Amino acid sequence: MSELTKMTIAAARDALGKGEVTSLELTEACLTAIDGADALGAFVHKTPDLAREMAAAADARIKAGEADKLTGIPLGIKDLFCTKGVPSQAASRILEGFRPEYESTVSQKLFDAGAVMLGKLNMDEFAMGSSNETSVYGNAVNPWRVNGQDLTPGGSSGGSAAAVAADLCLGATGTDTGGSIRQPAAFTGITGLKPTYGRCSRWGIVAFASSLDQAGPMAKDVRDCAIMLEAMCGHDPKDSTSADLEVPDFEAMLTGDIRGKTIGIPREYRMDGMPAEIEALWAEGRKMLQDAGAKIVDISLPHTKYALPTYYVIAPAEASSNLARYDGVRFGHRAKLSQGDGITEMYEKTRAEGFGPEVQRRVMIGTYVLSAGFYDAYYNRARKVRTLIKRDFEDAFAQGVDAILTPATPSAAFPLGQSDDADPVAMYLNDVFTVTVNLAGLPGIAVPAGQDGQGLPLGLQLIGRPWEEGDLLNTAYALERAAGFVGKPEKWW
Amino acid sequence: MLDLTFEAPKPKVIAGAKHDWELVIGMEVHAQVASKAKLFSGASTQFGAEPNSNVAFVDAAMPGMLPVINEFCVEQAVRTGLGLKAKINLRSAFDRKNYFYPDLPQGYQISQLYHPLVGEGEVLVDMEPGIARRVRIERIHMEQDAGKSIHDMDPAMSFVDLNRTGVALMEIVSRPDIRGPEEAAAYVAKLRQILRYLGTCDGNMQNGNLRADVNVSVCRPGAYEKYMETQDFSHLGTRCEIKNMNSMRFIQAAIDYEARRQIGILEAGGEIVQETRLYDPDKGETRSMRSKEEAHDYRYFPDPDLLPLEIEQAWVDDIAANLPELPDAKKARFVTEFGLSEYDASVLTADLANAAYFEAVAAEAGDGKMAANWVINELFGRLKKDDRGIEDSPVAPGQLAALVGLIKKGDISGKIAKDVFEIVYTEGGDPAKIVEEKGLKQVTDTGAIEAAVDEVIAANPAQVEKAQANPKLAGWFVGQVMKATGGKANPKAVNEIVTAKLGL
Repeated sequence: MSELTKMTIAAARDALGKGEVTSLELTEACLTAIDGADALGAFVHKTPDLAREMAAAADARIKAGEADKLTGIPLGIKDLFCTKGVPSQAASRILEGFRPEYESTVSQKLFDAGAVMLGKLNMDEFAMGSSNETSVYGNAVNPWRVNGQDLTPGGSSGGSAAAVAADLCLGATGTDTGGSIRQPAAFTGITGLKPTYGRCSRWGIVAFASSLDQAGPMAKDVRDCAIMLEAMCGHDPKDSTSADLEVPDFEAMLTGDIRGKTIGIPREYRMDGMPAEIEALWAEGRKMLQDAGAKIVDISLPHTKYALPTYYVIAPAEASSNLARYDGVRFGHRAKLSQGDGITEMYEKTRAEGFGPEVQRRVMIGTYVLSAGFYDAYYNRARKVRTLIKRDFEDAFAQGVDAILTPATPSAAFPLGQSDDADPVAMYLNDVFTVTVNLAGLPGIAVPAGQDGQGLPLGLQLIGRPWEEGDLLNTAYALERAAGFVGKPEKWW
Repeated sequence: MLDLTFEAPKPKVIAGAKHDWELVIGMEVHAQVASKAKLFSGASTQFGAEPNSNVAFVDAAMPGMLPVINEFCVEQAVRTGLGLKAKINLRSAFDRKNYFYPDLPQGYQISQLYHPLVGEGEVLVDMEPGIARRVRIERIHMEQDAGKSIHDMDPAMSFVDLNRTGVALMEIVSRPDIRGPEEAAAYVAKLRQILRYLGTCDGNMQNGNLRADVNVSVCRPGAYEKYMETQDFSHLGTRCEIKNMNSMRFIQAAIDYEARRQIGILEAGGEIVQETRLYDPDKGETRSMRSKEEAHDYRYFPDPDLLPLEIEQAWVDDIAANLPELPDAKKARFVTEFGLSEYDASVLTADLANAAYFEAVAAEAGDGKMAANWVINELFGRLKKDDRGIEDSPVAPGQLAALVGLIKKGDISGKIAKDVFEIVYTEGGDPAKIVEEKGLKQVTDTGAIEAAVDEVIAANPAQVEKAQANPKLAGWFVGQVMKATGGKANPKAVNEIVTAKLGL
């Protein structure tokens, strides 16, 4: 049974099509694997009944010859997505007991394409965090271990990454505001794609920072990401920022041929104190792409050093406003009030109880940077810098660069609990290679490309031109083939 | 279009204990956009629905819900801007105004602070014939209305009705060009009139569909002229804002009270504190709601859920080409086309339905002046007596035109016409038929009138003598003849024949 869950989406699709396996068998195998993996803390709401029901329907569709792109494929859904009738609480206490009356556009599209939902996946609270430790459910754990020590699966899509890496599901949805798909993918040896801003609808996804949030696939390889993306994306009139563009056949674009492509290596991504292993991996990646026929050029993205502070002004500013709706009035948690408490006490107590420390910190930072007298110095300046960061990339692409290669993270997965007393800024540094992509609205993909000295997976990031996910996926496919990463965590859970 | 000429009214002067003072007033009028659906959701805007029945997920700010702009609301705001001769900004943007309140589910109101849809325009506020104030409009922006908190249904709990949440409002911001309480009320009335002509707001103040925040300050005579010359606000006094006024009468009373309050403070050597105040109609006074220090920090920033609103000039041109005739133009046309007095034209154009009614009567009767007299004096008077609007008039324009036609033809006198009008008003029917059936037709047959005059002269020799000595008494004979003919004789003809027969 457990062999079934190791399948890629593409392999499972073919097996389902040939009748070698049924969706119910595949789904049962995943449900068994999930039940045996509570130690990973990946699934926080399991939906076995729904999964079996959807699997049975999928099998009927396959039998009737009406199979779609994902018919019968069992997936996990990040808790940030609103799923109809299923708890959806963004890993926050403030959304305790919230079961939406609606289905997010992205999850609906996946289900329309035939996917089966196994349950909801752990994450950092409101997608704020890089280690999955801010979750109200407790942290998810990386299936990869060193000397029996629990490591973070990364965040915020830590549950999604752990679930895919541990073969609890065939693929999962993630969301990425500053690196929340790519960093956990890199930490767990899987592939994760953040599409161009506007490619996937944000409707029905609990908002963190609206101008940065983007949903994307997290899967076992590049091909699976291509298959999932095609089903997830597309214009949605319910999201004003969703792009009205044709959805190409991304999978068909995976030829592995990148001859004549130009890959940029940005010099500003060479950080002081970067581990030698990361540096070496980056150099290897450069060579792999060169060997595959790409032209490598050194480029400059001069405003890179401002990206992190810019991000940590803009994202909290938007979050402080987006999270104002969690007030205890209409849904979710409401604090018990004392005699004589009024509306102000209800707000204060509810939000103090409902939001964890990291969320509270960001709400306060966001409130501060938007407040009278500080707006121009922080928020407005950050917006201007954001424009400059975006222009850096535009200039690079204008010079003929097709994709940009960088490390995905400044380190391999780190131990859980490490950040408890640490300066929060140390945690924010995890996003140093990924936030620029969100600020510029570009597509970015993390591909596992090697292992560190302790055997932990390391990822490389490719950044593409806007709306050219197909081309980006193909470059990633070439990198994936060249890297030949086949590592799997040893099962300990 | 022909503009009527006018002069600016004198500013209102209030005599303080020490000096004279002038008022300076600016207004922010919130007008609910006439639209079936809300600004960012498909929920209905119907008034008076069951509480919380017109609420979409986005109105309740459910997690993950996103706003999508209602194109028709934008069209209505553009139409309003064009009606106020304002600049339409082809690119505008939405901002979030953040504050916590239970009737504001998102925790922010989507508004347009930095880049409003409509820029500078103007409203001509008529005070009396030949006197009008040109009030500059600074901007019009679109925003969401909030819901309603209800605090008096339960001793321990408050309730919230979100039906109004997210309904589209236009905030119409004037410059401080209004110079007295009467002008302020007239400004709101004129704005309301234009909006109703445009069909962009129903102007229902009782339902709160049109409400005003009034900024009031006072200054010494001469200071305002300096401000106008330089646009430097330091020449003006510190202002106080009176929030949420939804009655013309209260607006006037509140401004008057507030001006006198400020004058009292200034003359006692005090200073005006900039603040938000509320008007209490029961006590007839304004009181402080929150001071500048207590003012919310709204943390405005561009709404990242909405792209900048970009509209095309061709679309704006199309809306402009289909604008209805507006009150000023209509009034001017009534004066020139029908020869009406400016006063009568104002009365008739105050409401679009009235104007349309009048035009229908005038066209059919072929006499605008006479039609105006009958519409204003008889019909409006009669409707007012019954507390009815023109929409409920039992007399159709065709019927009134027919009545006017009968007078013009000389078939009935004005006096008889009033009786016929009353019959048409209460019982209905065709005026010509009523005149025929009731035998009310005026006698213009001179033979019949002569016979009647002869009869009266023969029966009253003493009166004849008196009248011949004093021709003023001929009127008595005219009266007798009219009486004898049941009022149907043509008075002019009777007059002539009596004069001739008496040899005057």
